[in-house]
Amino acid sequence: MSKSAIFTGLVIFIIIALFPFWINFGKTAPVPEPELVGKAKTAKKCVLDKMDMRANHMSLLDEWRDSVVRDANRIYTNTDGKEFAMSLSTGENSCLGCHEDKSKFCDKCHNYASVDPYCWECHTEPKEIK
Amino acid sequence: MMKKSRRSFLKVAAVSAIGIGAAPAISLSSSSTNSHGSSHAAKSPNKGAKTAKRWGMVIDTSKLTEEVVEHIVEACHKAHNVPDFNHEVDEGKYPKTRPVNHKQEVKWIWEEHFHNAFPDKEDEFLADKFKHLPFLVTCNHCINAPCVKACPTQATFKREDGIVLMDFHRCIGCRFCMAACPFGARSFNFRDPRPFIAETNPDFPTRSKGVVEKCNLCAERLAKGEQPYCVEVSKGAIVVGDLEDPESEPRKLLDKNYAIRRKQALGTEPSVYYIM
Repeated sequence: MSKSAIFTGLVIFIIIALFPFWINFGKTAPVPEPELVGKAKTAKKCVLDKMDMRANHMSLLDEWRDSVVRDANRIYTNTDGKEFAMSLSTGENSCLGCHEDKSKFCDKCHNYASVDPYCWECHTEPKEIK
Repeated sequence: MMKKSRRSFLKVAAVSAIGIGAAPAISLSSSSTNSHGSSHAAKSPNKGAKTAKRWGMVIDTSKLTEEVVEHIVEACHKAHNVPDFNHEVDEGKYPKTRPVNHKQEVKWIWEEHFHNAFPDKEDEFLADKFKHLPFLVTCNHCINAPCVKACPTQATFKREDGIVLMDFHRCIGCRFCMAACPFGARSFNFRDPRPFIAETNPDFPTRSKGVVEKCNLCAERLAKGEQPYCVEVSKGAIVVGDLEDPESEPRKLLDKNYAIRRKQALGTEPSVYYIM
């Protein structure tokens, strides 16, 4: 008698426990493809290697911020001897100076991964001002 | 089933432990061409950046007219995206903006009466001209800056060249610095400032809600080898330079003229001088 009750309970439990899986079945969002436009397309290499940038750009930016604000060092020379302005959005040599469209680059992955960095609460994209 | 003696088990365990311990060293030595390469990357200041041992400012009050003062304030605030709460909000871009509380204002440099700028020097028989002069006041970039001591997150700090600077990223909006500053040089963003910026300068970030701000002595311009905005439009009324260098422009002015500083008795040692 209790056997059938236990099994029904178990089945109900499993259905509820796996709710996130079956509700989203077949609805996977496609992996974002951040688009390289303008100068970034022709540059081939960013400040660090592609995979390193992908994994560590946030700590790089953090390091840059301290360097610019506290030590007044604003130029970053990478291992290839190439110089970059340690700035998110000002000037030709900054991040956005090369990755010209934030919505096609930064936002793509950030939206997918549901991260909401507060960079743009203060920093401005030249395009968005106009 | 094979039986393992305690002895043989310990042998295997010891060898694996050594292997695991050595792994980071091996991978480190084998990957000297590692992509990160931070050992060779370098950070340096801009070429042609202006440097000083201690930045300071000298304001020649005889050259300050209402017009000049207005230009200075406007140039500074416009360039640094300082919000003006009298600016009419663009409803299309920022719908549902709360009405303005005019007790809140944000300012980096502004006009003040003599008796407010120098309360300890007010006098019954003070020359009339001082009573009507528009005095310009701003952050004094004090040597013993009380705001720096008050800041719990080191968002406000004293740079080696004497500029009292803010790292807006780190500011948590506690406003201890505002209470500590005897000159009222700091303003708090009670709200998002963006709707109140008439024309956003893309070369300087705005601030966000909950952050304190103040004059940065145009650190971003000195880094490019340029003079601060206020100096540029002041028609000679403001001079910025190295106070430690006897040959600098401000020091030459201080040699020849009598100059005072604000609230000297407090011992904060301001770096802004007023030629009387």
